[in-house]
Amino acid sequence: MVGAGPAGIAAAVSAAECGRSVALLDENSAPGGQIWRGFEVGQHVDHKKGKGSRLPQEWFVRLRLSSVEVIRNCRVFGGGTPDQLLTEVDGQAAEFYGRSIVLATGARERFLPFPGWTLPNVLGAGGLQALVQGCLPIAGKRVVVAGSGPLLLAVAAHLTAQKAKVSMIMEQAATQRVTTFGAALALHPGKLAHAILYRWQTRGIPYRTSAWPLRVNGEEKLESVTYLHAGRQHTIACDYLACGFHLVPNNELASLLGCEIAADTGAVRIDDSQRTTVPHVYCAGETAGIGGLELALIEGQIAGFAAAGFPDRTQSLKAEHARQRRFAVRLEAAFAIRPEIRSIAEAETIVCRCEDVRRKQLEGHTSWRAAKLLTRCGMGACQGRICGAACRFLFNWNPDSQRLPVQPVSIAALMGLSKNPMQAGTIPPAEV
Amino acid sequence: MHEIVLVEIDGKPVAVQAGSTVASALLAAGIPARRSISGEARAPLCGMGVCYECRVEINGIPQKRGCMVLCHASMKVRTQ
Repeated sequence: MVGAGPAGIAAAVSAAECGRSVALLDENSAPGGQIWRGFEVGQHVDHKKGKGSRLPQEWFVRLRLSSVEVIRNCRVFGGGTPDQLLTEVDGQAAEFYGRSIVLATGARERFLPFPGWTLPNVLGAGGLQALVQGCLPIAGKRVVVAGSGPLLLAVAAHLTAQKAKVSMIMEQAATQRVTTFGAALALHPGKLAHAILYRWQTRGIPYRTSAWPLRVNGEEKLESVTYLHAGRQHTIACDYLACGFHLVPNNELASLLGCEIAADTGAVRIDDSQRTTVPHVYCAGETAGIGGLELALIEGQIAGFAAAGFPDRTQSLKAEHARQRRFAVRLEAAFAIRPEIRSIAEAETIVCRCEDVRRKQLEGHTSWRAAKLLTRCGMGACQGRICGAACRFLFNWNPDSQRLPVQPVSIAALMGLSKNPMQAGTIPPAEV
Repeated sequence: MHEIVLVEIDGKPVAVQAGSTVASALLAAGIPARRSISGEARAPLCGMGVCYECRVEINGIPQKRGCMVLCHASMKVRTQ
């Protein structure tokens, strides 16, 4: 199992409860993923009192009581033979072998470029929340939360609870879409309760729809943000801009392993049992399509049971799975990024932050690959994880197929592998 | 009161709250993690190990993502 967020934990626990031997690999120092970050060490701040905080607790207890081996600080950078994952653990090479592989690599924020977005103190919405969970002092700081998606409200509530002065929440989606989405939450009482609680916690903070940042002003760091709302420009001074345009799946490892990816959403294609187009590889959670925590937990369980060879046990989850999938469809429709936002990046705006490639250098290229070869866009340390989603939105370019390694890895770790991974594909697959 | 840890950033002592990530410490101190290839100051963006904007040298090992590493007493951080 790759990724110890909710989907990965649910998959690992489910497969282990079927009697399988499970390794749960995670890049972080503790399991929990992004949404349950720091839960294990008690840093997790959950404002959804009562039922909300029982959910992670239940899963962490099940994980602790299970036979699952959690491998921390483990960066999966590729596969060799079909049953193999190549990783770096604390700087050392480590190879894992499994009859089945479950990918639960989660999602990241979609970042879209606009003038000044590279200035210090402009972060993702989830990005700023993660930094605050990493003890960034935020009390008294003026924060503007912007972008798109339900995460904005959750982040604003979290920051407010930490005594930040959130001065505005800017949602790019139109009022009508947000209202329709809000009304549909009545079908999901748990989610509705969270939304109401978050809005109560952020009462008094303007929530502007059809609003988005146009540029960030400042020399060496952000000083203010100029935004568009209802056709008019305004400028607001702040210490931080927390801006993310909803989420995109982390599909790089799946793609490297040969799993088919949906071109429009970037989601890994799966069947009813979470099986990808590669028969022994399963995928669950946001990587298989953005749908939130509840869907991730159900998909994780289905993937875990199916990967363990007990597909019958997934039957009882099917109805709730279908219900949560319908929520995912509503989510995608409500927070689709409006085309006007393509024009906020100006000719001089940097699109690829690693290689400092500007929009004007990218215009006119016909594909992601052509742009990469001629401008180095997407060829830096993040390997196109940030600018790839931006270029997909700006220019409709689809990413190339992935190559080993999908994460930067030290030469020492590569040297420590039992076989040269570049030749690994030529080794006959093991009995799986 | 929070427990305080002293780390060294570019040779200067910086007091941070125990439990801080290196990325949070840099951002709180207003120190850019790196200069981009065209010379811009850069600081953490994604907070979750994806964007590599907070990469710094930590105890002599270059290219470490500051958001993935917790501060420890007498840790030596060099911006890149």
